[in-house]
Amino acid sequence: MEQIYILWKRQVVKYFRSRSRIIGSLGQPLLYLIAFGYGFGGVFARAGQGNYIQFLAPGIVAMSILFTAIFAGIEIIWDRQFGFLKETMVAPVSRFSIMLGRTLGGATVATFQGIVVLILSTFVGFRFTTYYHIPLALLFMFIIALLFTALGTAIASMLEDMQGFQLIMNFLVMPIFFLSGSLYPIQGLPKAMEIATKIDPMTYGIDGLRGVLGGAAQFGTGFDLLVLSVITFVFLLIGSYLFSKIQI
Amino acid sequence: MAKIIKVKSLTKKFNGFTAVNDISFGVEKGEIFAFLGPNGAGKSTTIKMLTTLLAPTSGKILVNGADPSQDQDAVRRGFGIVFQDPSLDDDLTAMENMELHAVLYSIPVNTRKKRIEDLLKFVDLSDRSKSLVKTFSGGMKRRLEIARGLLHHPKILFLDEPTIGLDPQTRNHMWTYLKDINKKEGMTVFFTTHYMDEAEKNADRIVIIDHGNIVAEGTPNALKKKTKSASLEEAFLHLTGHEIRNEEAGALDALRQRRHVWGGRH
Repeated sequence: MEQIYILWKRQVVKYFRSRSRIIGSLGQPLLYLIAFGYGFGGVFARAGQGNYIQFLAPGIVAMSILFTAIFAGIEIIWDRQFGFLKETMVAPVSRFSIMLGRTLGGATVATFQGIVVLILSTFVGFRFTTYYHIPLALLFMFIIALLFTALGTAIASMLEDMQGFQLIMNFLVMPIFFLSGSLYPIQGLPKAMEIATKIDPMTYGIDGLRGVLGGAAQFGTGFDLLVLSVITFVFLLIGSYLFSKIQI
Repeated sequence: MAKIIKVKSLTKKFNGFTAVNDISFGVEKGEIFAFLGPNGAGKSTTIKMLTTLLAPTSGKILVNGADPSQDQDAVRRGFGIVFQDPSLDDDLTAMENMELHAVLYSIPVNTRKKRIEDLLKFVDLSDRSKSLVKTFSGGMKRRLEIARGLLHHPKILFLDEPTIGLDPQTRNHMWTYLKDINKKEGMTVFFTTHYMDEAEKNADRIVIIDHGNIVAEGTPNALKKKTKSASLEEAFLHLTGHEIRNEEAGALDALRQRRHVWGGRH
Protein backbone atom coordinates (compact mmCIF):
# COMPACT_ATOMS: atom_id res chain seq x y z
CA MET A 1 0.00 0.00 0.00
CA GLU A 2 2.70 2.45 1.04
CA GLN A 3 4.60 1.54 -2.12
CA ILE A 4 1.63 2.52 -4.26
CA TYR A 5 1.33 5.75 -2.32
CA ILE A 6 5.00 6.76 -2.73
CA LEU A 7 4.87 6.15 -6.50
CA TRP A 8 1.66 8.17 -6.67
CA LYS A 9 3.32 10.94 -4.70
CA ARG A 10 6.33 10.93 -6.99
CA GLN A 11 4.17 11.71 -10.03
CA VAL A 12 2.32 14.46 -8.20
CA VAL A 13 5.45 16.08 -6.73
CA LYS A 14 7.17 16.04 -10.10
CA TYR A 15 4.16 17.61 -11.75
CA PHE A 16 3.88 20.50 -9.35
CA ARG A 17 7.61 21.04 -9.57
CA SER A 18 7.51 21.56 -13.34
CA ARG A 19 5.71 24.87 -13.50
CA SER A 20 6.66 25.45 -17.11
CA ARG A 21 4.94 22.19 -18.02
CA ILE A 22 1.73 23.17 -16.23
CA ILE A 23 1.58 26.60 -17.81
CA GLY A 24 2.69 25.30 -21.21
CA SER A 25 -0.04 22.71 -21.31
CA LEU A 26 -2.72 25.29 -20.48
CA GLY A 27 -1.95 27.27 -23.63
CA GLN A 28 -3.56 24.82 -26.03
CA PRO A 29 -6.92 24.38 -24.27
CA LEU A 30 -7.17 28.12 -23.76
CA LEU A 31 -6.54 28.74 -27.45
CA TYR A 32 -9.17 26.16 -28.40
CA LEU A 33 -11.68 27.73 -26.04
CA ILE A 34 -11.13 31.20 -27.42
CA ALA A 35 -10.67 30.39 -31.12
CA PHE A 36 -13.42 27.78 -31.44
CA GLY A 37 -15.63 29.23 -28.74
CA TYR A 38 -15.82 32.69 -30.18
CA GLY A 39 -15.14 31.64 -33.78
CA PHE A 40 -18.02 29.19 -34.10
CA GLY A 41 -20.22 30.64 -31.36
CA GLY A 42 -22.32 32.67 -33.77
CA VAL A 43 -22.89 29.86 -36.26
CA PHE A 44 -23.71 27.42 -33.46
CA ALA A 45 -26.31 29.77 -31.98
CA ARG A 46 -27.88 30.51 -35.39
CA ALA A 47 -28.19 26.77 -35.99
CA GLY A 48 -30.35 26.68 -32.91
CA GLN A 49 -27.86 24.75 -30.75
CA GLY A 50 -27.53 27.35 -28.02
CA ASN A 51 -24.41 28.69 -26.36
CA TYR A 52 -21.29 27.16 -27.92
CA ILE A 53 -18.90 27.92 -25.02
CA GLN A 54 -21.31 26.09 -22.74
CA PHE A 55 -21.17 23.10 -25.14
CA LEU A 56 -17.45 23.31 -25.86
CA ALA A 57 -15.97 23.73 -22.37
CA PRO A 58 -16.55 20.13 -21.16
CA GLY A 59 -14.98 18.90 -24.42
CA ILE A 60 -11.89 21.01 -23.93
CA VAL A 61 -11.62 20.01 -20.27
CA ALA A 62 -11.69 16.37 -21.37
CA MET A 63 -9.17 17.11 -24.10
CA SER A 64 -6.63 18.49 -21.65
CA ILE A 65 -7.20 15.47 -19.41
CA LEU A 66 -6.69 13.16 -22.41
CA PHE A 67 -3.39 14.76 -23.41
CA THR A 68 -2.01 14.97 -19.87
CA ALA A 69 -3.08 11.42 -19.05
CA ILE A 70 -1.65 9.83 -22.19
CA PHE A 71 1.57 11.70 -21.62
CA ALA A 72 1.74 10.62 -17.99
CA GLY A 73 1.43 7.00 -19.14
CA ILE A 74 3.98 7.45 -21.89
CA GLU A 75 6.45 8.81 -19.33
CA ILE A 76 7.36 5.20 -18.61
CA ILE A 77 9.45 5.37 -21.76
CA TRP A 78 11.48 8.24 -20.30
CA ASP A 79 11.92 6.40 -17.04
CA ARG A 80 12.98 3.38 -18.98
CA GLN A 81 15.52 5.26 -21.07
CA PHE A 82 16.89 7.33 -18.24
CA GLY A 83 17.10 4.50 -15.80
CA PHE A 84 14.64 5.16 -13.02
CA LEU A 85 12.35 2.34 -14.13
CA LYS A 86 15.11 -0.16 -13.30
CA GLU A 87 15.18 1.09 -9.72
CA THR A 88 11.52 0.17 -9.34
CA MET A 89 11.86 -3.07 -11.31
CA VAL A 90 14.52 -4.58 -9.03
CA ALA A 91 12.66 -3.58 -5.86
CA PRO A 92 10.74 -6.26 -3.96
CA VAL A 93 7.40 -4.78 -5.05
CA SER A 94 4.91 -6.40 -7.38
CA ARG A 95 4.75 -4.99 -10.87
CA PHE A 96 1.06 -4.48 -10.39
CA SER A 97 1.65 -2.15 -7.42
CA ILE A 98 4.21 -0.18 -9.41
CA MET A 99 1.84 0.17 -12.34
CA LEU A 100 -1.05 1.10 -10.09
CA GLY A 101 0.91 3.76 -8.19
CA ARG A 102 2.14 5.35 -11.38
CA THR A 103 -1.23 5.22 -13.07
CA LEU A 104 -3.08 6.72 -10.11
CA GLY A 105 -0.43 9.44 -9.92
CA GLY A 106 -0.76 10.23 -13.62
CA ALA A 107 -4.55 10.23 -13.35
CA THR A 108 -4.44 12.62 -10.38
CA VAL A 109 -2.23 15.02 -12.26
CA ALA A 110 -4.44 14.85 -15.36
CA THR A 111 -7.57 15.45 -13.28
CA PHE A 112 -5.94 18.49 -11.72
CA GLN A 113 -5.10 19.79 -15.17
CA GLY A 114 -8.74 19.34 -16.12
CA ILE A 115 -9.88 21.29 -13.06
CA VAL A 116 -7.61 24.19 -13.98
CA VAL A 117 -9.00 24.23 -17.53
CA LEU A 118 -12.54 24.10 -16.16
CA ILE A 119 -11.83 27.14 -14.00
CA LEU A 120 -10.17 28.91 -16.94
CA SER A 121 -13.22 28.27 -19.09
CA THR A 122 -15.32 30.40 -16.75
CA PHE A 123 -13.18 33.36 -17.83
CA VAL A 124 -14.22 32.92 -21.45
CA GLY A 125 -17.88 32.64 -20.58
CA PHE A 126 -18.61 29.15 -19.28
CA ARG A 127 -21.21 29.13 -16.48
CA PHE A 128 -22.01 26.39 -13.97
CA THR A 129 -25.75 25.81 -13.98
CA THR A 130 -25.70 23.74 -10.80
CA TYR A 131 -22.94 23.54 -8.25
CA TYR A 132 -23.86 20.32 -6.54
CA HIS A 133 -23.07 18.36 -9.68
CA ILE A 134 -19.42 19.32 -9.36
CA PRO A 135 -18.43 16.17 -7.39
CA LEU A 136 -19.98 14.11 -10.20
CA ALA A 137 -18.04 16.14 -12.74
CA LEU A 138 -14.85 15.43 -10.79
CA LEU A 139 -15.67 11.74 -10.80
CA PHE A 140 -16.09 11.75 -14.58
CA MET A 141 -12.87 13.69 -14.98
CA PHE A 142 -10.96 11.25 -12.81
CA ILE A 143 -12.28 8.19 -14.66
CA ILE A 144 -11.40 9.75 -18.02
CA ALA A 145 -7.92 10.46 -16.62
CA LEU A 146 -7.53 6.92 -15.31
CA LEU A 147 -8.71 5.40 -18.57
CA PHE A 148 -6.18 7.28 -20.70
CA THR A 149 -3.27 6.98 -18.25
CA ALA A 150 -3.83 3.23 -18.35
CA LEU A 151 -3.89 3.38 -22.16
CA GLY A 152 -0.66 5.41 -22.16
CA THR A 153 0.91 2.87 -19.82
CA ALA A 154 -0.14 0.00 -22.05
CA ILE A 155 1.33 1.69 -25.13
CA ALA A 156 4.53 2.73 -23.38
CA SER A 157 5.08 -0.80 -22.11
CA MET A 158 5.32 -1.97 -25.69
CA LEU A 159 7.62 0.78 -26.94
CA GLU A 160 11.39 0.93 -26.55
CA ASP A 161 11.81 4.62 -27.21
CA MET A 162 10.03 7.81 -28.22
CA GLN A 163 10.33 7.07 -31.97
CA GLY A 164 6.72 5.98 -32.11
CA PHE A 165 5.41 8.93 -30.16
CA GLN A 166 4.48 11.03 -33.20
CA LEU A 167 2.67 8.03 -34.64
CA ILE A 168 0.65 7.62 -31.46
CA MET A 169 -0.23 11.30 -31.34
CA ASN A 170 -1.40 11.44 -34.95
CA PHE A 171 -3.09 8.08 -35.30
CA LEU A 172 -4.44 7.52 -31.83
CA VAL A 173 -4.62 10.55 -29.57
CA MET A 174 -5.78 13.13 -32.11
CA PRO A 175 -8.48 10.82 -33.57
CA ILE A 176 -9.66 10.02 -30.03
CA PHE A 177 -10.04 13.75 -29.46
CA PHE A 178 -11.52 14.83 -32.80
CA LEU A 179 -13.96 11.92 -33.08
CA SER A 180 -15.32 12.26 -29.58
CA GLY A 181 -17.88 14.97 -29.99
CA SER A 182 -15.75 17.37 -28.02
CA LEU A 183 -16.12 20.09 -30.65
CA TYR A 184 -19.46 19.29 -32.29
CA PRO A 185 -22.74 17.52 -31.52
CA ILE A 186 -22.67 13.88 -32.64
CA GLN A 187 -26.24 13.71 -33.86
CA GLY A 188 -26.84 13.56 -37.59
CA LEU A 189 -23.29 12.56 -38.59
CA PRO A 190 -22.53 10.41 -41.65
CA LYS A 191 -22.87 6.72 -40.76
CA ALA A 192 -19.15 5.85 -40.83
CA MET A 193 -18.29 8.75 -38.59
CA GLU A 194 -21.11 7.95 -36.24
CA ILE A 195 -19.69 4.47 -35.78
CA ALA A 196 -16.22 5.90 -35.16
CA THR A 197 -17.53 8.25 -32.49
CA LYS A 198 -19.39 5.44 -30.80
CA ILE A 199 -16.27 3.27 -30.65
CA ASP A 200 -14.28 6.15 -29.17
CA PRO A 201 -14.37 5.84 -25.35
CA MET A 202 -13.75 9.56 -25.05
CA THR A 203 -17.24 10.15 -26.50
CA TYR A 204 -18.81 8.74 -23.35
CA GLY A 205 -16.51 10.74 -21.11
CA ILE A 206 -17.43 13.98 -22.79
CA ASP A 207 -21.11 13.12 -23.00
CA GLY A 208 -21.19 12.32 -19.28
CA LEU A 209 -19.17 15.38 -18.32
CA ARG A 210 -21.40 17.60 -20.43
CA GLY A 211 -24.43 16.03 -18.81
CA VAL A 212 -23.33 16.65 -15.23
CA LEU A 213 -22.15 20.16 -16.04
CA GLY A 214 -25.64 21.17 -17.08
CA GLY A 215 -25.76 20.26 -20.77
CA ALA A 216 -27.68 17.51 -22.48
CA ALA A 217 -26.19 14.01 -22.29
CA GLN A 218 -27.13 12.10 -25.40
CA PHE A 219 -26.60 8.64 -23.93
CA GLY A 220 -27.51 9.50 -20.34
CA THR A 221 -24.88 10.00 -17.65
CA GLY A 222 -25.54 6.64 -16.02
CA PHE A 223 -24.86 4.79 -19.25
CA ASP A 224 -21.78 6.94 -19.87
CA LEU A 225 -20.43 6.13 -16.43
CA LEU A 226 -20.99 2.43 -16.94
CA VAL A 227 -19.26 2.33 -20.34
CA LEU A 228 -16.34 4.41 -19.06
CA SER A 229 -15.86 2.29 -15.96
CA VAL A 230 -15.86 -0.96 -17.90
CA ILE A 231 -13.38 0.34 -20.48
CA THR A 232 -11.16 1.79 -17.75
CA PHE A 233 -11.12 -1.54 -15.95
CA VAL A 234 -10.19 -3.37 -19.15
CA PHE A 235 -7.42 -0.87 -19.97
CA LEU A 236 -6.05 -1.20 -16.44
CA LEU A 237 -5.91 -4.95 -16.87
CA ILE A 238 -4.22 -4.70 -20.27
CA GLY A 239 -1.85 -2.01 -18.96
CA SER A 240 -0.76 -4.02 -15.97
CA TYR A 241 -0.34 -7.17 -18.04
CA LEU A 242 1.87 -5.41 -20.59
CA PHE A 243 3.75 -3.59 -17.83
CA SER A 244 4.47 -6.87 -16.07
CA LYS A 245 5.99 -8.17 -19.31
CA ILE A 246 8.54 -5.36 -19.64
CA GLN A 247 12.08 -6.64 -19.86
CA ILE A 248 14.90 -4.19 -19.50
CA MET B 1 33.02 -20.64 2.91
CA ALA B 2 29.57 -20.80 1.43
CA LYS B 3 28.66 -19.65 -2.04
CA ILE B 4 26.23 -16.74 -2.08
CA ILE B 5 25.79 -16.78 -5.86
CA LYS B 6 25.69 -20.01 -7.81
CA VAL B 7 25.35 -20.06 -11.58
CA LYS B 8 25.05 -23.30 -13.49
CA SER B 9 24.93 -23.73 -17.29
CA LEU B 10 23.40 -20.29 -17.69
CA THR B 11 22.43 -19.40 -21.26
CA LYS B 12 20.66 -16.39 -22.75
CA LYS B 13 19.71 -16.13 -26.41
CA PHE B 14 18.20 -13.11 -28.15
CA ASN B 15 16.58 -14.02 -31.46
CA GLY B 16 19.14 -16.70 -32.15
CA PHE B 17 22.10 -14.63 -30.97
CA THR B 18 23.74 -16.24 -27.95
CA ALA B 19 24.72 -13.49 -25.51
CA VAL B 20 25.60 -15.82 -22.66
CA ASN B 21 26.63 -19.36 -23.53
CA ASP B 22 26.38 -22.08 -20.91
CA ILE B 23 28.41 -20.38 -18.16
CA SER B 24 28.92 -21.71 -14.62
CA PHE B 25 30.59 -19.92 -11.75
CA GLY B 26 30.18 -19.14 -8.07
CA VAL B 27 30.77 -16.19 -5.77
CA GLU B 28 31.85 -16.76 -2.17
CA LYS B 29 30.05 -15.04 0.62
CA GLY B 30 31.89 -11.89 1.66
CA GLU B 31 34.29 -11.68 -1.26
CA ILE B 32 34.90 -8.85 -3.69
CA PHE B 33 34.30 -10.41 -7.04
CA ALA B 34 35.14 -8.87 -10.42
CA PHE B 35 33.30 -9.94 -13.56
CA LEU B 36 35.36 -8.74 -16.49
CA GLY B 37 35.10 -8.84 -20.26
CA PRO B 38 35.27 -6.69 -23.40
CA ASN B 39 32.22 -4.77 -24.62
CA GLY B 40 29.41 -7.08 -25.63
CA ALA B 41 30.91 -10.07 -23.82
CA GLY B 42 27.73 -10.75 -21.87
CA LYS B 43 28.48 -9.03 -18.55
CA SER B 44 25.41 -6.83 -18.33
CA THR B 45 23.16 -9.61 -19.62
CA THR B 46 24.44 -11.88 -16.86
CA ILE B 47 23.90 -9.20 -14.20
CA LYS B 48 20.37 -8.64 -15.47
CA MET B 49 19.63 -12.34 -15.10
CA LEU B 50 21.14 -12.44 -11.61
CA THR B 51 19.04 -9.43 -10.57
CA THR B 52 15.65 -10.67 -11.88
CA LEU B 53 15.48 -8.17 -14.76
CA LEU B 54 15.86 -10.78 -17.47
CA ALA B 55 14.72 -14.38 -17.65
CA PRO B 56 17.42 -16.89 -18.69
CA THR B 57 16.87 -19.04 -21.77
CA SER B 58 18.17 -21.99 -19.76
CA GLY B 59 20.33 -22.78 -16.76
CA LYS B 60 20.10 -22.39 -13.04
CA ILE B 61 20.81 -19.41 -10.78
CA LEU B 62 20.80 -19.21 -7.00
CA VAL B 63 21.27 -15.79 -5.42
CA ASN B 64 21.33 -15.83 -1.66
CA GLY B 65 19.65 -19.22 -1.75
CA ALA B 66 16.74 -18.15 -3.95
CA ASP B 67 16.04 -18.62 -7.64
CA PRO B 68 15.50 -15.29 -9.52
CA SER B 69 13.03 -16.88 -11.92
CA GLN B 70 10.97 -18.45 -9.11
CA ASP B 71 11.17 -16.32 -6.01
CA GLN B 72 11.91 -12.86 -7.35
CA ASP B 73 11.12 -10.90 -4.21
CA ALA B 74 13.36 -13.03 -2.01
CA VAL B 75 16.22 -12.40 -4.43
CA ARG B 76 15.38 -8.70 -4.71
CA ARG B 77 15.41 -8.11 -0.97
CA GLY B 78 18.91 -9.55 -0.72
CA PHE B 79 20.83 -7.35 -3.13
CA GLY B 80 21.54 -3.73 -3.87
CA ILE B 81 22.59 -2.54 -7.30
CA VAL B 82 24.32 0.35 -8.96
CA PHE B 83 23.52 0.18 -12.66
CA GLN B 84 25.81 1.08 -15.51
CA ASP B 85 23.54 4.03 -16.37
CA PRO B 86 22.17 6.30 -13.66
CA SER B 87 18.83 5.17 -12.29
CA LEU B 88 18.02 8.11 -10.06
CA ASP B 89 15.06 10.37 -10.55
CA ASP B 90 16.67 13.67 -11.57
CA ASP B 91 13.59 15.69 -10.72
CA LEU B 92 13.57 14.57 -7.10
CA THR B 93 15.98 15.56 -4.34
CA ALA B 94 18.64 13.24 -2.97
CA MET B 95 16.53 12.77 0.16
CA GLU B 96 13.38 12.00 -1.86
CA ASN B 97 15.26 9.41 -3.93
CA MET B 98 16.42 7.77 -0.72
CA GLU B 99 12.97 7.88 0.86
CA LEU B 100 11.41 6.33 -2.19
CA HIS B 101 13.89 3.48 -2.01
CA ALA B 102 13.26 3.04 1.71
CA VAL B 103 9.53 2.68 1.06
CA LEU B 104 10.00 0.31 -1.89
CA TYR B 105 12.12 -1.95 0.33
CA SER B 106 9.76 -1.65 3.31
CA ILE B 107 12.41 -0.34 5.68
CA PRO B 108 10.69 0.24 9.04
CA VAL B 109 9.56 3.83 9.47
CA ASN B 110 11.42 4.39 12.74
CA THR B 111 14.83 3.49 11.32
CA ARG B 112 14.39 5.09 7.91
CA LYS B 113 15.42 8.60 8.72
CA LYS B 114 18.53 7.69 10.66
CA ARG B 115 19.72 5.18 8.08
CA ILE B 116 19.30 7.70 5.27
CA GLU B 117 21.11 10.42 7.19
CA ASP B 118 23.96 8.08 8.12
CA LEU B 119 24.42 6.90 4.54
CA LEU B 120 24.28 10.40 3.09
CA LYS B 121 26.96 11.39 5.57
CA PHE B 122 28.93 8.29 4.61
CA VAL B 123 29.02 9.39 0.94
CA ASP B 124 29.53 13.08 1.82
CA LEU B 125 26.20 14.28 0.54
CA SER B 126 24.55 15.40 3.79
CA ASP B 127 24.67 19.06 2.90
CA ARG B 128 23.07 18.41 -0.50
CA SER B 129 20.23 16.18 0.65
CA LYS B 130 17.60 18.75 -0.30
CA SER B 131 19.04 19.52 -3.74
CA LEU B 132 17.48 18.15 -6.90
CA VAL B 133 19.58 15.33 -8.32
CA LYS B 134 19.75 17.06 -11.72
CA THR B 135 22.06 19.63 -10.13
CA PHE B 136 24.55 16.88 -9.14
CA SER B 137 27.80 16.05 -10.92
CA GLY B 138 28.40 12.54 -12.26
CA GLY B 139 30.47 11.64 -9.21
CA MET B 140 27.83 12.86 -6.78
CA LYS B 141 25.13 10.87 -8.56
CA ARG B 142 27.26 7.74 -8.34
CA ARG B 143 27.82 8.28 -4.62
CA LEU B 144 24.13 8.77 -4.08
CA GLU B 145 23.38 5.59 -6.01
CA ILE B 146 25.81 3.64 -3.86
CA ALA B 147 24.24 5.05 -0.70
CA ARG B 148 20.81 4.12 -2.04
CA GLY B 149 21.98 0.61 -2.96
CA LEU B 150 23.16 0.09 0.62
CA LEU B 151 20.05 1.49 2.28
CA HIS B 152 18.25 -1.81 2.78
CA HIS B 153 21.41 -3.56 4.08
CA PRO B 154 21.82 -5.93 1.14
CA LYS B 155 23.90 -9.06 1.44
CA ILE B 156 25.23 -8.55 -2.08
CA LEU B 157 26.01 -5.29 -3.85
CA PHE B 158 26.10 -5.40 -7.65
CA LEU B 159 28.08 -2.64 -9.32
CA ASP B 160 27.96 -2.51 -13.13
CA GLU B 161 30.87 -0.30 -14.21
CA PRO B 162 30.41 1.91 -11.17
CA THR B 163 33.46 4.10 -11.71
CA ILE B 164 32.97 4.95 -15.37
CA GLY B 165 33.59 8.66 -15.90
CA LEU B 166 34.73 9.29 -12.34
CA ASP B 167 37.96 11.07 -11.47
CA PRO B 168 40.65 9.15 -9.56
CA GLN B 169 39.79 10.97 -6.33
CA THR B 170 36.14 9.90 -6.38
CA ARG B 171 37.03 6.41 -7.49
CA ASN B 172 39.50 6.02 -4.69
CA HIS B 173 37.09 7.39 -2.15
CA MET B 174 34.37 5.07 -3.37
CA TRP B 175 36.49 1.96 -3.08
CA THR B 176 37.65 2.96 0.38
CA TYR B 177 34.13 2.85 1.71
CA LEU B 178 33.06 -0.17 -0.29
CA LYS B 179 35.95 -2.13 1.17
CA ASP B 180 35.14 -0.76 4.57
CA ILE B 181 31.58 -2.13 4.43
CA ASN B 182 32.78 -5.34 2.86
CA LYS B 183 35.06 -5.89 5.87
CA LYS B 184 32.71 -4.69 8.58
CA GLU B 185 29.44 -6.19 7.39
CA GLY B 186 30.74 -9.05 5.31
CA MET B 187 28.78 -7.74 2.34
CA THR B 188 29.60 -9.46 -0.94
CA VAL B 189 30.57 -7.10 -3.77
CA PHE B 190 30.04 -8.16 -7.38
CA PHE B 191 31.38 -5.64 -9.87
CA THR B 192 32.26 -5.13 -13.52
CA THR B 193 34.76 -2.64 -14.83
CA HIS B 194 36.92 -1.82 -17.81
CA TYR B 195 39.68 -0.45 -15.59
CA MET B 196 41.98 -3.41 -15.07
CA ASP B 197 44.01 -1.67 -12.37
CA GLU B 198 40.79 -1.27 -10.42
CA ALA B 199 40.04 -4.98 -10.63
CA GLU B 200 43.63 -5.89 -9.84
CA LYS B 201 43.66 -3.67 -6.77
CA ASN B 202 40.26 -4.49 -5.32
CA ALA B 203 39.07 -7.91 -6.40
CA ASP B 204 39.63 -11.05 -4.37
CA ARG B 205 38.70 -13.15 -7.35
CA ILE B 206 38.04 -12.54 -11.03
CA VAL B 207 36.04 -14.21 -13.77
CA ILE B 208 36.70 -13.15 -17.36
CA ILE B 209 33.96 -13.64 -19.91
CA ASP B 210 34.24 -13.21 -23.67
CA HIS B 211 31.73 -13.89 -26.46
CA GLY B 212 29.40 -15.27 -23.81
CA ASN B 213 31.89 -17.85 -22.53
CA ILE B 214 34.02 -17.85 -19.42
CA VAL B 215 37.65 -17.79 -20.53
CA ALA B 216 39.46 -17.57 -17.19
CA GLU B 217 38.85 -17.61 -13.46
CA GLY B 218 41.05 -16.99 -10.41
CA THR B 219 42.72 -14.41 -8.20
CA PRO B 220 44.44 -11.47 -9.93
CA ASN B 221 47.80 -13.03 -9.18
CA ALA B 222 46.84 -16.44 -10.46
CA LEU B 223 45.60 -14.93 -13.73
CA LYS B 224 48.85 -12.99 -14.14
CA LYS B 225 50.90 -16.08 -13.42
CA LYS B 226 48.89 -18.26 -15.76
CA THR B 227 49.42 -15.85 -18.68
CA LYS B 228 52.96 -14.85 -17.62
CA SER B 229 51.89 -11.19 -17.56
CA ALA B 230 53.20 -8.31 -15.48
CA SER B 231 49.77 -6.72 -15.01
CA LEU B 232 46.15 -7.77 -15.12
CA GLU B 233 45.66 -5.58 -18.18
CA GLU B 234 48.24 -7.63 -20.04
CA ALA B 235 46.66 -10.83 -18.80
CA PHE B 236 43.25 -9.61 -19.92
CA LEU B 237 44.48 -8.76 -23.42
CA HIS B 238 46.28 -12.08 -23.59
CA LEU B 239 43.05 -13.91 -22.76
CA THR B 240 40.60 -11.91 -24.84
CA GLY B 241 42.76 -10.73 -27.74
CA HIS B 242 43.51 -7.27 -29.13
CA GLU B 243 40.66 -7.03 -31.55
CA ILE B 244 38.32 -4.07 -30.93
CA ARG B 245 34.71 -5.00 -30.19
CA ASN B 246 31.69 -3.29 -31.53
CA GLU B 247 28.63 -3.10 -29.44
CA GLU B 248 25.49 -2.39 -31.36
CA ALA B 249 24.05 1.01 -30.61
CA GLY B 250 20.90 0.41 -28.67
CA ALA B 251 17.81 2.51 -28.44
CA LEU B 252 19.41 4.41 -25.58
CA ASP B 253 22.21 5.77 -27.71
CA ALA B 254 19.79 6.82 -30.41
CA LEU B 255 17.68 8.57 -27.82
CA ARG B 256 20.65 10.30 -26.28
CA GLN B 257 21.46 11.72 -29.67
CA ARG B 258 17.98 13.03 -30.17
CA ARG B 259 17.96 14.44 -26.70
CA HIS B 260 21.11 16.28 -27.60
CA VAL B 261 19.54 17.67 -30.75
CA TRP B 262 16.45 18.80 -28.90
CA GLY B 263 18.58 20.23 -26.15
CA GLY B 264 16.27 19.08 -23.41
CA ARG B 265 14.30 16.31 -21.93
CA HIS B 266 10.83 17.19 -23.03
